[in-house]
Amino acid sequence: MPSFAADKADAASAVDRANAAVRYQRREDRTMLLLIAPALIVIVILLVVPLAWLSWQSIYADGFTLENYRRIFTESAYGATFALTFKLSFIVTLVTLLLGYPVAYAAAALPPKLSALVLGLVILPFWTSVLVRTYAWLVLLQRTGLVNKTLLSMGVIDHPLQLAYNQLGTIIAMVHILLPFMVLPLYSAMQKIPENLMHAGASLGGSPLHVFLRVFLPLSLSGVLAGATLVFILCLGFYITPELMGGGRSMMVSMLVSRNVELYDKWGAASAVSVVLLVCVFAIFYAVSRVIPLEKTLGAK
Amino acid sequence: MKRSASGKLVLGAVVVLILLFLIVPVLIVVPLSFSDTRFMTFPPPAYSLRWYEAFVGSPTWMAAARTTLTASVSAALIATPLGVAAAYGIQNGTHWSMRYVRLVLMLPLMVPIIIVAVGVFFVYARTGLVNSMTGLVLADTMLGLPYVLISVSADLRTFDQTQEMVARSLGMNRLRSFMTVTLPQIRSSVISAAVFVFIQALDETVVALFVSGGDKQTLTRRMFVALRDEIDPTIAAISTLLTALTLCLIVTIVVTRRPAARA
Repeated sequence: MPSFAADKADAASAVDRANAAVRYQRREDRTMLLLIAPALIVIVILLVVPLAWLSWQSIYADGFTLENYRRIFTESAYGATFALTFKLSFIVTLVTLLLGYPVAYAAAALPPKLSALVLGLVILPFWTSVLVRTYAWLVLLQRTGLVNKTLLSMGVIDHPLQLAYNQLGTIIAMVHILLPFMVLPLYSAMQKIPENLMHAGASLGGSPLHVFLRVFLPLSLSGVLAGATLVFILCLGFYITPELMGGGRSMMVSMLVSRNVELYDKWGAASAVSVVLLVCVFAIFYAVSRVIPLEKTLGAK
Repeated sequence: MKRSASGKLVLGAVVVLILLFLIVPVLIVVPLSFSDTRFMTFPPPAYSLRWYEAFVGSPTWMAAARTTLTASVSAALIATPLGVAAAYGIQNGTHWSMRYVRLVLMLPLMVPIIIVAVGVFFVYARTGLVNSMTGLVLADTMLGLPYVLISVSADLRTFDQTQEMVARSLGMNRLRSFMTVTLPQIRSSVISAAVFVFIQALDETVVALFVSGGDKQTLTRRMFVALRDEIDPTIAAISTLLTALTLCLIVTIVVTRRPAARA
């Protein structure tokens, strides 16, 4: 049976080839890991290690303790801070959605040139420094600021309103800073909705409103989810604007962390607050990633 | 028909108002920076360059500007090659761990910045990097890496990898084939990535609040501290300069991207 030997040799060389391919792939993977290593090392040392340490610190101080967490869940000051942070984040997300939706809709529906203009007007503030924009709102909203002066001269009010250094000012400035994070994912979802679907809806006798509600709106929901997630999560950890605009009275979670580290040197308390905030953020990311890929949500940023 | 036309008009007006809300606060600091009074009155009673002179004439503001520019340029120069290498590795790697590696590299975008700042401060306090340029550059590099990864990965995914294979089969080594075949074709996303890292470093405030100080304070850190006390018009001048710089960079990106889009 000469062909049997030949088969065997064939099989052996096939196995060799397969082994060679596997070896090649392994070598290839090692090269790739080597290429990734420098970036990975930077992030592991500066971020992953400190996060692990924060978690450890929150439960260990000369012995295992849940004291830091007990305080978060029982002391009213902590509870109030978390409640306020979630409340403000919810308001800001809702307002940015209401303001962002028509802008994204216009950018998707307008002819290319006008659409580019609308997007440009969204992207310019997007890339302007957060600090600069907070400063601009301080100038606009202060007692003698432009908004109060205009309202006074128009006779709408007879005393300057307290607009800055409180929650209202914080919300206004945060909405302004985070609005582009809502518009861009909304726009990228809306842009993919085929126009003929709208025509089809209209040709079947649907009124514009009906077509919008039954066709366009449902198809844009992935953008709504991506934008709302991004804005909500950025709100939860926002620091600069609430610190400068809040007037020191309304405490957000980020301010609690910073105060505990900078002023009181209470690392255990800061760590526990950080861990709770992180768990909230990761839980939201995880829940949303079940519906739309994480990359899509983060892409806009 | 008439109803839908008036509906469009209302929608148009609403959109214009929202766009004004977006753009006016960004532009309002420009005329204020040229005002000649301390008070933030609008329109300014008279124009002058006194706040720009106050900025340029102040050794502390100038030192801060130098620190920020040095840190931002260095971070862009380091994060870009690191990020491109990582994006290339993830694109071509087949190991099961790649998904998780990618997730770890995206962490700086996901973790709230205040927690990042506290963590970096912890590492630096132990390694003596607080108030150092090295520390600042490393932190900005870490924060910039996800931007490089997002920008370059998107481009690499649509890039036809067989071109590089051809170059290698013709005897080029991997590095040379990447440099001569792949890199020129993903050039625009690499340039945007570097610009993103630079702008991000320029704007970074929270980490700098924790880890920079003394003569190694960044511009935004000094601005933040100054704003806690009073609204000094010098900040309007600095803000205008920062916004102008950012605008120029964005225009650069748009210009470098156009040829790639046409091709």
